[in-house]
Amino acid sequence: MTNRRRFLAVPYIVWMAVFVIAPIVLIAVYAFASRDGAFTLSNFSAMGTYLSVFSRSFLLAIISTVVCLILGYPLAVIFAHETSRMQKIMIMLIMLPMWMNFLLRTYAWMSILESNGLLNRALAFLHIPPLNIINTPAAVIIGMVYNFLPFMVLPIYSVVVKIDRSLVEAAQDLGGSPAAVFRRVTFPLSLPGVLSGITMVFVPAVSTFVISQLLGGGKEMLLGDLIEMQFLGTAYNPQLGSAISLVMMIVVMIFMYFMNKFGEGEDKAVLM
Amino acid sequence: MIGKRKLSHRLYTYLILLFLYAPIFVLIVFSFNSTKSRTVWSGFTLDWYRQLLQDKEILRSLYNTLAVSFLSAAVATVVGTFTAVGFFSMKKRIRAPLLYVNNIPLINADIITGVGMCLLFVSLGSFLKFKLGFGTLLIAHITFNIPYVILSVLPKLYQLDENLVDAAKDLGCTWFRAFRKVIIPEILPGIINGAMIAFTMSIDDFVISYFTAGSRVMTLSMKIFSMTRKRVSPKINALSTLLFVAVLLMLIIVNLREIKQDDKNKKQIKKMKEIIK
Amino acid sequence: MAKELIRLSGCTMAFDGEVVLNNIELSINDKEFLTLLGPSGCGKTTTLRIIGGFQKPTSGDVFFDGVRINDVPPHKRSVNTVFQKYALFTHLDVFENVAFGLRMLKPALSKGEISARVLEMLEIVSLKGFERREVISLSGGQQQRVAIARALVLRPKVLLLDEPLGALDLRLRKDMQNELKRIQQAMDITFIYVTHDQEEALAMSDTVVVMDGGVIQQIGTPEDIYNEPKNAFVADFIGESNIVDGIMKQDGVVEIFGREFKCLDAGFEPNEPVDVVIRPEDVDIVATKDGMLTGTVTNVTFKGMQYDIIVDFKGFKWLIQTTDISPAGAKIGIHIEPDGIHIMKKSDYSGMFGDYSSYSAEYDDLEDASLEPEEETAGDYDE
Repeated sequence: MTNRRRFLAVPYIVWMAVFVIAPIVLIAVYAFASRDGAFTLSNFSAMGTYLSVFSRSFLLAIISTVVCLILGYPLAVIFAHETSRMQKIMIMLIMLPMWMNFLLRTYAWMSILESNGLLNRALAFLHIPPLNIINTPAAVIIGMVYNFLPFMVLPIYSVVVKIDRSLVEAAQDLGGSPAAVFRRVTFPLSLPGVLSGITMVFVPAVSTFVISQLLGGGKEMLLGDLIEMQFLGTAYNPQLGSAISLVMMIVVMIFMYFMNKFGEGEDKAVLM
Repeated sequence: MIGKRKLSHRLYTYLILLFLYAPIFVLIVFSFNSTKSRTVWSGFTLDWYRQLLQDKEILRSLYNTLAVSFLSAAVATVVGTFTAVGFFSMKKRIRAPLLYVNNIPLINADIITGVGMCLLFVSLGSFLKFKLGFGTLLIAHITFNIPYVILSVLPKLYQLDENLVDAAKDLGCTWFRAFRKVIIPEILPGIINGAMIAFTMSIDDFVISYFTAGSRVMTLSMKIFSMTRKRVSPKINALSTLLFVAVLLMLIIVNLREIKQDDKNKKQIKKMKEIIK
Repeated sequence: MAKELIRLSGCTMAFDGEVVLNNIELSINDKEFLTLLGPSGCGKTTTLRIIGGFQKPTSGDVFFDGVRINDVPPHKRSVNTVFQKYALFTHLDVFENVAFGLRMLKPALSKGEISARVLEMLEIVSLKGFERREVISLSGGQQQRVAIARALVLRPKVLLLDEPLGALDLRLRKDMQNELKRIQQAMDITFIYVTHDQEEALAMSDTVVVMDGGVIQQIGTPEDIYNEPKNAFVADFIGESNIVDGIMKQDGVVEIFGREFKCLDAGFEPNEPVDVVIRPEDVDIVATKDGMLTGTVTNVTFKGMQYDIIVDFKGFKWLIQTTDISPAGAKIGIHIEPDGIHIMKKSDYSGMFGDYSSYSAEYDDLEDASLEPEEETAGDYDE
């Protein structure tokens, strides 16, 4: 039984081979090549110098992800319990900032956090000593949380809103205290949303180079900065850049693999 | 008790919204500032808006952004829809790995997608004698847009009644006619949704464009990034204020219509119930 | 009057080597209400899809009015289908759903004619005034009527209905059964109806075709099928039955549980092992001393019209329907008239049902493990 409709997918399969698979293969090839094209492992040994960048990137990304989760989870639950019209409006309000260019929004944080910026002016007005935030890891974390918080709220919301109310009521009926009901019913059921939220925040956070350059003042170099430098920056060395990309990709893949193992049905929650 | 809880929920929501909107508010306010300062208010002016309309470079980058977004979303919508139908008609064990590859651009960090494509275009370019530019930028955008279209069309196909095509054929359609007259209209909401996501992703993209556009073509995001290395002109504030207001208006119109439609439906249902009584 | 309209001759259907229809021979008369009845996976839907043109038989021929139509695509057959779950076009309103087929016609019909035919059809299915309603706003029964109108508006000679009442609740189903019968008589055309509900089949059909395992088990009027089942499968699937092993002593005498019973059947070998089918309502309860057999009541269920009681005869459980109360634990005797005993030859199905068993309950469990073909084959007539 042949079904000719399936051939409609052929053009895109070819397209994927050239523009999705081939680039990844090229990254892998470059990662094992020296400047004159011979096989080498020196790109990986050269990475040792940048171990601190790796650890700083992962640390900042993990902190941002945790902060997003702590801030975003209650918000998603609050949204899910609103009336449906209110839910629509609130989701819109969360998405609206994403329509504004994210470079500009990050740039705006510079004006707020600068040493004589709006925040410190407001503090001075209240006779509170100024805070030194700009060009510190704290500023980078604020920038990440700011940019990626919606990616945490939306998947959690879309899962929580579908949790059957009667399950929660059944748990209460069976004598669960509010805390126990949350720990044993609501939270486990919302886990798929939490997991996809975590990946959707962590991946861009660990690979960003804009936020660190704008708010970290270039002092806090992250993996993204390192890679960008090797390709378009001053340190032009695409082989080393590919090796770093490859390692980052693999580490992220391992991370996601464990995430997916942890909770089934994660992919369903990604797109609402 | 319940009132208090509700109040704390509201308060929390407002605080988060304040966090999300504070920078936008700052941007908008300082687009009307009469000096170039981004922290000190020195008086109201529309000067930046006037200057914006005369800045050829910014307008050019805006044009590039809109052009690449429209074109890539259009191509991705057509290709993605046909591909989704193709995927849908496949056996599961063939479809599953293809969908996995399809998801790679979504899961991968943007910088990896950008770097990979950059390497590809540079290698191909040295063979085929082309340079990074609008063409490579467009290809990159199409590539990361198609998966969104496929993922929003496929569920609509799964929701279709399995006999729908047979029903249309039974009533006199050839397969192609059934596709045009029945399948496409039935999955249209998914197609439109996919097109909107694709367009939004294109407009918003910076990282992948940055690696694939080369030095001769600039999108708005790239233009802004290059300016942040020195000082961002309040002209950009003005431009983003305009864009923000445009999006806001669009959303409000769409939502008002939806709410009206909702009310209409509710009235209809009410009427129906009365008739049944 | 009975003129043959459709004939399936030696039709066999296999998917990936799995035979789902095995050498079907079936003749369908003009203006007949014929039902294909059987459990899931018996091949009834495949038979319907072959007649509709959605599938080509692996071997064998399909004739329509004496002409071979194996290679005629669905849209060129004067056969239309009401699909399971209706397959309505949700992007179109009621009027446009019904008008869909008319708009495909060549040469094109005038607007006035389309409108007239749609409205006429909507009136026949009692949906006057619903023209501009969205199909999703309709109830199940109303959607059902739209599907019927959409198929009938093309004035087919044959209407195929694939479990059309499956999604409706019990009361609506009863109403729609009468409605379908009325529509069939009003349109004066052939209906071929697929169902797994034996009550539905008996109530509506002129002819019932009982199928199982891709093979036709019996063809006959509802009365024939109920009263004279050809084998243990039909007996058990149609109505409820007690099926026990017996030995045919001679014409008119059968031995069950070591006792001889009078019956009306003849033509078996002496001492041939047979299946004996006894309907629950054909068993009379009598005092133990007058009983042909005696047993113990183990379970009583009040069913409104009658009691269903389970009686244990030396370890074999029978279902008996009676209006007399016999409490659980009571010893009772039974009496069966000779015309209540049906003898049938041993078949593949003998012994499958064992003690008292309700066929429908068993097969409901199997419902999910459908052997029906997948959707994959839908694109056969791509053009």
